[in-house]
Amino acid sequence: MQQLTGSQQVMPPVMKKKRPPLAWVGQGFFLILAVGVAVILISNLIRQPNLFAQFFISGLQLGFVYAMIALGYTMVYGIVKLINFAHGDVFMVGAFTSYFAVARFGLHQWPLAAFPAIPPGLGVVIGSITVIMLSMVICALLAVTIERVAYKPLRDAPRITALITAIGVSFFLEYFGALNFVYSPRFIPYDRPFEVVAWYIKDGIHLIRPGEAPPDGAITFSNILVIIMIASILVQLFLQFLVRRTKIGIAMRASSYDKPAARLMGINVDSVISFTFAIGAAFAGLGGVLYAIAYSSIWTQLGILPGLKAFVAAVLGGIGSIPGAFVGALIMGQAEAMTMGYISTPMRDAVAFSILIIVLLIRPTGIFGEPEKEKV
Amino acid sequence: MTTTPSTLLNVRDLTKFFGGLGAVRNFDLSLQKGDLSGLIGPNGAGKTTVFNMITGIYVPTAGDITFNDTSVVGLEPFEITRLGIARTFQNIRLFSNLTVLDNVRIAYHPHAGYSLPDGIFRNAKFDSKERELTEQAQDFLAIFGLENLQNEVAKNLPYGQQRRVEIARALACAPRLLLLDEPAAGMNPKEILELMDLIHFIHDRFDLTILLIEHQMRVVMGICRYITVMDFGQVIARGRPKEIQENERVIEAYLGKGAGHAA
Amino acid sequence: MELGFLLGSIVKIVAILGYLYGLLWVLAHPNRWVKYIGVVVAFGVVQLALTNFGGFQILTNFDSGLLFQACAMTMVALGLNLIYGFNGQFSLGQWGFYGIGAYTAADITWRWINGDARGLLVVGIGTILGGVVLIYIGRWLNRLRGVPVLSSFTLYLIGAILAGTVAVIIANAINPLLVPLLGTSSDPGMLNSPVAIQVVFFLAIVFAGIFAAEVSFLFGLPVLTLGSDYFGIATLGFTIVVNVLMINSDTILPFPEMKGGRGMVGIPKLTTWFWAFFFMVAVIIIMRNLIHSSTGRAIISVREDEVAAKAMGIDIAGSKLMAFVVGSFFAGIGGGVYAHFIGFLSPGTFGFLQSFNPLIIIVFGGLGSMTGTIAASFGWIFFLEGLLRVLLSQMGTEAPTWRFVLYPITLLLLMLIRPQGLLGNVEWGFLKTKMITPRGQRLTEKSDAVAGGA
Repeated sequence: MQQLTGSQQVMPPVMKKKRPPLAWVGQGFFLILAVGVAVILISNLIRQPNLFAQFFISGLQLGFVYAMIALGYTMVYGIVKLINFAHGDVFMVGAFTSYFAVARFGLHQWPLAAFPAIPPGLGVVIGSITVIMLSMVICALLAVTIERVAYKPLRDAPRITALITAIGVSFFLEYFGALNFVYSPRFIPYDRPFEVVAWYIKDGIHLIRPGEAPPDGAITFSNILVIIMIASILVQLFLQFLVRRTKIGIAMRASSYDKPAARLMGINVDSVISFTFAIGAAFAGLGGVLYAIAYSSIWTQLGILPGLKAFVAAVLGGIGSIPGAFVGALIMGQAEAMTMGYISTPMRDAVAFSILIIVLLIRPTGIFGEPEKEKV
Repeated sequence: MTTTPSTLLNVRDLTKFFGGLGAVRNFDLSLQKGDLSGLIGPNGAGKTTVFNMITGIYVPTAGDITFNDTSVVGLEPFEITRLGIARTFQNIRLFSNLTVLDNVRIAYHPHAGYSLPDGIFRNAKFDSKERELTEQAQDFLAIFGLENLQNEVAKNLPYGQQRRVEIARALACAPRLLLLDEPAAGMNPKEILELMDLIHFIHDRFDLTILLIEHQMRVVMGICRYITVMDFGQVIARGRPKEIQENERVIEAYLGKGAGHAA
Repeated sequence: MELGFLLGSIVKIVAILGYLYGLLWVLAHPNRWVKYIGVVVAFGVVQLALTNFGGFQILTNFDSGLLFQACAMTMVALGLNLIYGFNGQFSLGQWGFYGIGAYTAADITWRWINGDARGLLVVGIGTILGGVVLIYIGRWLNRLRGVPVLSSFTLYLIGAILAGTVAVIIANAINPLLVPLLGTSSDPGMLNSPVAIQVVFFLAIVFAGIFAAEVSFLFGLPVLTLGSDYFGIATLGFTIVVNVLMINSDTILPFPEMKGGRGMVGIPKLTTWFWAFFFMVAVIIIMRNLIHSSTGRAIISVREDEVAAKAMGIDIAGSKLMAFVVGSFFAGIGGGVYAHFIGFLSPGTFGFLQSFNPLIIIVFGGLGSMTGTIAASFGWIFFLEGLLRVLLSQMGTEAPTWRFVLYPITLLLLMLIRPQGLLGNVEWGFLKTKMITPRGQRLTEKSDAVAGGA
């Protein structure tokens, strides 16, 4: 064996790469595109830095929400190679669960009702966390049910049947929810479990009091943004820890590489898959609640576009990669916010997908994706 | 490694690195028209990688491959096949949901003799060319004794027959050089004997040059006139079967150090 | 009453499918005279069934509406089956090409009846000129060899834009000559006579198909190099980008007559049973002849095993592009037929949720089965637009929602019960490959021919 390492580990000879003809045309085309985008952004940044910063902040908010949803997509894809189209609708169910908990049952007020003595601030925090936890648990249960009922029986069938099933589940959740006795098909104003507090930045950070408009040119942001950012980063760190350091994380990675081998190593692959669905859905539920709080209006097709964009973000970052999903989501959020700011609101979906297509053309498996190899 | 007018394939200094791992290094090979050569070596020696580079599936890190005095490095695999190099695969790669006949007929696509509009309008050219290529495909199947299996779906055939379908399919590409990657793998002794006869037969009949990779020594020693031995990506010996059997480095490569003296 | 109506519809749809099948059988008949007479009789029979005999009609308007939609859906689904079922490229872009075809054809005829010939001129000249330019660029690039795909894409794109610009200039020059002949919508001119408008309708649909095919060529060229799921997502992106452009057709794109998100109205309802059936049968025949030719076998071999196909001398990239372009051509034609049946185009019809329809149909019908696709298209339209609509019509405002609650449940049950689809990859009759009977041992006397051929 020593001979192997001795003779085979040699640096490859340096080859003079023959340049393919006309390569500059394609590169030039993308260079012009990139330069054009950069010029538009930079010129706007110089002309109105505050406006740019405002768009950047709304992009951050979107991006961090997408990051929470994208995780579920990327983990499920990594482990069962299924584009789980129903994931966006699980996100929607998370928003609706919290709506019912808050508007119908007043769950967020339980600490104050049970212990009138605790400070109101702490009561709101505990109450809100309870609502979020409830949504996360409901979403996780829903996802596990979907997985067991709809996907598990099809695990050995062609991949496309599971995909069609996922589309079916997605339709079902959207339209079943739109029935009057379930959620109703209308937009519903969302009651927040806590008040939105906004600040503006101009000569330091100032609180915006209700009924007061921030001065011209000030950059505003709210506590929702801060909460979304913190929650999203915590979720990333938690998942990194879970996947790298814990036993279940190792089982997940093993199952995603090679399911039969993982089974032989004594891993219960079915329960690992269920766990993956559950954890992805829980974070989607968290994202759903925060999204609803931020945008304060919900309906049953709420999950389609954020779900799709989050999926695109996961693909952009390299599907199967957790940091990839995070980076992809932030890029997606910025792309959307900048399009809304500088081009036009309706074009945001078109721009998001155009970016995806262009990135895939340059890096066919996404930013952090492993290149696909085939053994001959 | 001099090039003479009768040289069909000339491989010089062929090198392939996967990352820092040298799978094939400074591999040289020259085949004359009508040769029936063998390429042998222990598992992982880089034999299939050589095949993949000759057929364009991998692009070599360095070195040159000339076929009929034209370099084929950098050509797409389908272009190389159209120049006249056909191959079979170590792990059979048939079009498994198609019939045996269609498997062979697919190989006729580059020289089917009619274009897409001919096919869509079903004109007389289509009819005659399609009939012609079907008959030729049936002839190839007949050589391999598969004539009555032509309407079977390929994946339902036993292993030995799948191998033969693959060789028939490669022949239908109208090659001048045929690369066989372990044609006898998974065959029983009787099938192996038949296969050896077949290889001789097609070699003579179609005026082919054949290079084959094989682990079954009786096949290689039985039919090859010239053998190249590889180990760790390099050529360690070449010669006639007799010489190879007595070569110490070859025995060492197969059986380990010291075995040569023991044997 | 409802039930009787429903049963009547079922019988009629089954009869239509049987009829379609018989027609295809007649078309495949070796005797030329049987073929011609059969086709004439076949069209005549349905024409009679659609005729209103003083209040009595065998096929009601509702039935024929279902039929037209089923014909359009068959074309779209067959195209997707070529791309995904036969060629193995998982595409969600078919709905985008369907939308492109629908809007292009609708714009041509809308402008024509409103006294503007530029629609037909621009699309007609543009697609033909564009096609020629693309072919010449392709030949040139082939000679250069080894040009990276992004560079060839850029060159093709520049070529197509130039061709389009030239077409617009020519059209603007010719248009004033034609406008007096077109007349106005209240006072139609010579070129708006009933016969002329049929010709324009035919051209509109063919050009819409070619236009969709050329767009798919430009899009497919770089994107088909992606791996399977990535290709699927990129094509989904295409559908969504097309949809966004439709919603903004009056603001971002210069087409005020398309009215953006409010939907395009006033498209002449020119699709008749004859045209719908004509285009569908044409698509079925082209598809069948393509699949059962050498090119078709090459397309299928790419699905089966790309590496082996390469080693057999098959140009993988070319095969994929060919299947994608032909499939999109079918989708464009289907879109044109649909637009002129419904008379109203809304971007909502071409949205994300609907884009899965053809995929669901081909998976349900059986990937790689043309027979299954045709049956599933008819069955799907009948089930969703006919059965559920009729059954649920008493449910008031919630009926459309219930339709989409029952639909996915059916879908789930079907997938769980029969994951390989209705027919797997089985074909019937006309659409089947001709079984070639094995010959006896003829090797000895044929040996010279073998040597000569090899």
